[in-house]
Amino acid sequence: MLHVENLTAAIGQTKILKGLNLDVGAGEVHAIMGPNGSGKSTFAHTIAGRDGYEITGTVTLDGADLLGMEPEDRAAAGVFMGFQYPVEIPGVNNMYFLRTALNSVRRSRGDTEISAREFLKVAKDAMDLVEMKQDFLDRAVNAGFSGGEKKRNEILQMAIMQPRLAVLDETDSGLDIDALRIIAGGVNALRGPERSMIVITHYQRLLDYIKPDFVHVLVDGRIVESGDHTLALHLEDHGYADFLNHGLDDAPEQPLTGVRS
Amino acid sequence: MSETLRDIEELTEASYEYGFSTDLDTDIAPPGLNEDVVRLISAKKNEPEWLLAWRLKAFEAWQAMEEPDWAKLQIAPIDYQAISYWAAPRKKPVLDSMDDVDPEIREMFDKLGIPLHEQKMLSNVAIDAVVDSVSVTTTFKKTLAEAGVIFCSFSEAVQEYPDLVREHLGSVVPVRDNYFAALNSAVFSDGSFCYIPKGVRCPMELSTYFRINSENTGQFERTLIVADDDSHVSYLEGCTAPQRDENQLHAAVVELVAKDRSEIKYSTVQNWYPGDENGVGGIYNFVTKRGRAHTDAKISWTQVETGSAITWKYPSVILQGDRSVGEFYSVALSSKHQQADTGTKMVHIGADTTSSIISKGISAGHGQNTYRGLVKVLRSGVNARNYTQCDSLLLGKECGAHTIPYIEVKNPSAQIEHEASTSTIGEDQLYYCRQRGMTEEDAMSMIVNGFCREVFNELPMEFAVEAQRLLSVSLEGSVG
Repeated sequence: MLHVENLTAAIGQTKILKGLNLDVGAGEVHAIMGPNGSGKSTFAHTIAGRDGYEITGTVTLDGADLLGMEPEDRAAAGVFMGFQYPVEIPGVNNMYFLRTALNSVRRSRGDTEISAREFLKVAKDAMDLVEMKQDFLDRAVNAGFSGGEKKRNEILQMAIMQPRLAVLDETDSGLDIDALRIIAGGVNALRGPERSMIVITHYQRLLDYIKPDFVHVLVDGRIVESGDHTLALHLEDHGYADFLNHGLDDAPEQPLTGVRS
Repeated sequence: MSETLRDIEELTEASYEYGFSTDLDTDIAPPGLNEDVVRLISAKKNEPEWLLAWRLKAFEAWQAMEEPDWAKLQIAPIDYQAISYWAAPRKKPVLDSMDDVDPEIREMFDKLGIPLHEQKMLSNVAIDAVVDSVSVTTTFKKTLAEAGVIFCSFSEAVQEYPDLVREHLGSVVPVRDNYFAALNSAVFSDGSFCYIPKGVRCPMELSTYFRINSENTGQFERTLIVADDDSHVSYLEGCTAPQRDENQLHAAVVELVAKDRSEIKYSTVQNWYPGDENGVGGIYNFVTKRGRAHTDAKISWTQVETGSAITWKYPSVILQGDRSVGEFYSVALSSKHQQADTGTKMVHIGADTTSSIISKGISAGHGQNTYRGLVKVLRSGVNARNYTQCDSLLLGKECGAHTIPYIEVKNPSAQIEHEASTSTIGEDQLYYCRQRGMTEEDAMSMIVNGFCREVFNELPMEFAVEAQRLLSVSLEGSVG
């Protein structure tokens, strides 16, 4: 379903992704783990279409070339990103935002728009999923939300948008254990044979709640190891040290002239 | 510069959709200002002697005054002798029937989306249409007359209700108040007059629509609204002008008198021609608006200012009576090379008076937006309360936002609060909305409208929709 081949991304002279390959099949959940600065978030943003990167390689969703699309077209194609730092939009009612988002995507797909009344039903179910109260919809988008509320709002949006591919960028960061449980519950409820997920995380902790089908280790812009969920447990015990060495194996054999560490 | 930022700048360079001019047969005085011109205007309007004397006094005062330069505005010198102070469509309608309105004028207002035909009116709004300083028609006069409400052009009021006019004209904004008010008092040509009798709730929204059409003319209109005891009125004001390369002067005066326990709600959507993207042309908008609130009365100003090359405007409330209430809600947008120096004055004289100020400034392109506000509590203002909130939104890197609050408190029981914020539309916000499927234009429009929400909530429904649309158009560019 999602096919990523030899993906590179750079900001100016700084190369962040250095040839990343990944295939995600329908219904699969893939976890991507890695140390700080390994390129995890950049990978998420290249799928979602953030501006500012120079990108080469291939990213297709169901055969459609994502890299050539604007972010909103990718959303219409079924890409959803759960943000690590969801932004605040003061004065914009959360319900209005969610309905506009859903209707924008429906319009691009040629579907009819959903009425306010129908939408309320959809929203109600989604809110139950993340244990949100009704007044949540009346507040401005993320404005004054706690860290946990922001993350829950992301999962709420995912439940409403019903994406084909969800990329969840450090959805567990800054959460206490109760919030983590609620969010993981929401994510698990949204798993399905037609939906794939990429879960990006620092810590194995999240994977106690969301059992991935595959775990990948991202180091220095490349996937250096893939396995099942036991790989995450290994990382929990040993850290990334093994893989950092592995990363060095790929380094040029000769140091550049004149460079000594 | 990133692509998104560039897009924002393109989006903010909207074209002006009301820039057409209509070929009307116009009676226009030669440019220049002297005592004879003042006399000519007064004579053209067949005014009583006391009004001519009032104008001449104002003219004398104006000659001795200097143009104010304290505002944060770069203004090209204004040649007051190059302006024509009298322009009127030559065909004057008989005022009893809409069918008598000059078809060309009617067509012009149709083009502006303001049908003067009562049958065609969508909403419950009575309109006074003013072209080049002269009121051309007032709708729904009969319905209003049944309620005892007087709503007519200023000239008509001078003829028909001279005592009411004489009693209140200049009672809130004296002729010497400031340079532009003095000029207006000397040369004002027309405007709207409104009187709500005791205990009457005006059955419909009243509205004045101002249009500058002729070249090289100034527009100097005068609005006077008197709400008698226990009455209520909601008043709307809209403005447009053709697209011209030279600057045109608009110096209006609005006076509101809210007597005991009455309420006046005054809403403005100002969309004068702002000039082109290089800052050529556009209206110079120097307006004095002030209301006097008597005991238990309430005056509420709401303004959406998207037009004009220069806006110099401080709708104010003199809170004279005990427990009187003043409100000011403002959205001011400065894009292209527009400059706005706008805000309010709240003068607390009575005891237990309350005022609130919500100001939203949006700067885009090379626009400069200044909030300037005065909250003044006199010794007599026991337990006066004020709450002020000034928020600025910056779109792009060439624009500016400035907040200049003045607070003068002479009574220690007063409570004054001031909050201010400055923010930008972040690329992150746009990206977030786009990731959720919205186009960049929709996202920007949503974010800006969200920023203005508290003010739009104060506008009457039709105007709120119009204001949102106007803001989107001013920002998006493609429409028009």
